Amino acid sequence: MRILDPTRQAAPGGRPLAARRMAAGQPATIALLDIRKPRGDVFLDELERLLTERGHTVLRTAKPTFTKPAPADLRSEIADRCEAVIEALAD
Amino acid sequence: MELLALVKHDCPVCDQVLPVLDAARQRGAAIRILSQSGPEETEAQARRLDLARVPELDRDLELSARFDPDAVPTLVLLDRGSEADRVEGLDRARLAELARRAGAPLELDGLPERRPGCASLTRDPVVAARLAARAARETGRLRARELELGELEDPFEALFDRGFSDGLPLVPPTPERVVEMLDATSRDAQDLVAVVPPYDGQATVEKVAINAVMAGCPPAVLPILLAAVDAACDPAFALLGLVSTTHPSGPLVVVSGPLSERVGMNSAGNALGQGNRATLTVGRALQLVVRNVGGGRPGQEDRAAHGQPGKLSSCFAERLEDSPWLGLAQDRGVPAGETGVTLFAAEAPRLIVDQLARTPEELCASLAGGLEWVGHRRLRLAFDAVLVLGPDHGRILREAGWDRGRVRQELFERSRAPAGELVRGAGGIAEGLEERFVTDPAAPVPKFAAPERILLAHAGGDAGLFSMVYGGWVAGEIGSEPVTRSVAPWQ
Repeated sequence: MRILDPTRQAAPGGRPLAARRMAAGQPATIALLDIRKPRGDVFLDELERLLTERGHTVLRTAKPTFTKPAPADLRSEIADRCEAVIEALAD
Repeated sequence: MELLALVKHDCPVCDQVLPVLDAARQRGAAIRILSQSGPEETEAQARRLDLARVPELDRDLELSARFDPDAVPTLVLLDRGSEADRVEGLDRARLAELARRAGAPLELDGLPERRPGCASLTRDPVVAARLAARAARETGRLRARELELGELEDPFEALFDRGFSDGLPLVPPTPERVVEMLDATSRDAQDLVAVVPPYDGQATVEKVAINAVMAGCPPAVLPILLAAVDAACDPAFALLGLVSTTHPSGPLVVVSGPLSERVGMNSAGNALGQGNRATLTVGRALQLVVRNVGGGRPGQEDRAAHGQPGKLSSCFAERLEDSPWLGLAQDRGVPAGETGVTLFAAEAPRLIVDQLARTPEELCASLAGGLEWVGHRRLRLAFDAVLVLGPDHGRILREAGWDRGRVRQELFERSRAPAGELVRGAGGIAEGLEERFVTDPAAPVPKFAAPERILLAHAGGDAGLFSMVYGGWVAGEIGSEPVTRSVAPWQ
């Protein structure tokens, strides 16, 4: 029996890395992305303190709402300015 | 000029005409005879009729499909390869005329004047479907990859094994079934309906039709499904968030308008329940599109803590003949007389019982009490709701002359509650409003962000003083907004 593929027929493809890699042990600029879930900021405040103590520069960013993807401008800003991003994900 | 004859082995009229054509060919006439039957049957027929030469085989019915006769024998007069004339069945005068024009006289003595032929093999429903599928592939109407199931594979098990299923058996989407589904819309099969999250899969009409076949949709519902896919992927609906949330909501499709009845949707008893193919398969097919085209799978991209049965299928049709108002879609801009779908991010529906209310005031107070518990009574301004009025409840409002706006306003006002009852910690319940927002404990706090955030629909059986409420997911601009589309562009 022949059937038609119901999927999007995705093929695995390579993707260039969007950001520079972090060099081990070197100070870096790290984005902390608040997705706007309650108390995500508490978690990120603590991370900011720990990262700053270790000599990293922190860029605090936030999505407008947790229900939707981060806007392209925000993603682009993080990719341009930071070596890494940490997202406060859950409830 | 030359003649081309199409015959088949199990046609008594072909048996009468074939020896005449065979004899003419023996005399040198330019007649090409092709059989629609298989090699063994064709050879057996030639032996039985004592033909000098076995007819050629019309392999894959290529020429039969090209000339597409209703009946065989068919004699086609060709002029430099193009059809100039034809005779279907046995018609002595016409056969003689074609033979004369081709310069290939036929000995027709002894044959009846007229006899209808037998149905061409291309008119066999199974064969016709196969040919239509082949033509669809050749013309680019079908472009999806073909998957070959193993001879020893059970196709129903194979569809589970390949990860296409929502947990229930699927109808195998053969090219023949998909073409029949595509015939239910005037839209081009390669038209893009929507880009489906989470992985931005391109839902063409063809891909939606494949999933519709798997869901068991009757073809007539395809335009409704296409409109639903289009609506669900409107950015305002926030389908990506809805698919990936821990909340149990999924897309609910409310169908409002005359098409719902024409395609067999039930808006009366058990309207939200089981037993109706049209509604259940539309809801199911939408979720299969999310799964297969979008790539949202439970436990992976879909992080629902519990989910709910409506994530298999959630669709109902409005009962408009005795509704207090126009349909939900018409209230939201679809022209009267057209059919529309409204997509709402909904949890499972829940019953509100009130068998004693006889006035619209009593009823609205009661329904507002039920609506307050969407999500949690203490949670305010966060969720929208769809209230499905049963006809017995709807009648009270209709007879009182309360329009949709009035009812929404009453429900909005009556679902407010004093801030002091809602504050965190009150009554030993931790959930609630933050204390800093409660300056006056007596101040009424609305449940809904606006009266319009309570969507009203009408459906259900004749008896039962009940209504149903679908609670929403995170609502409004920061979450999901209801989206309405007319079905007309997809018919």
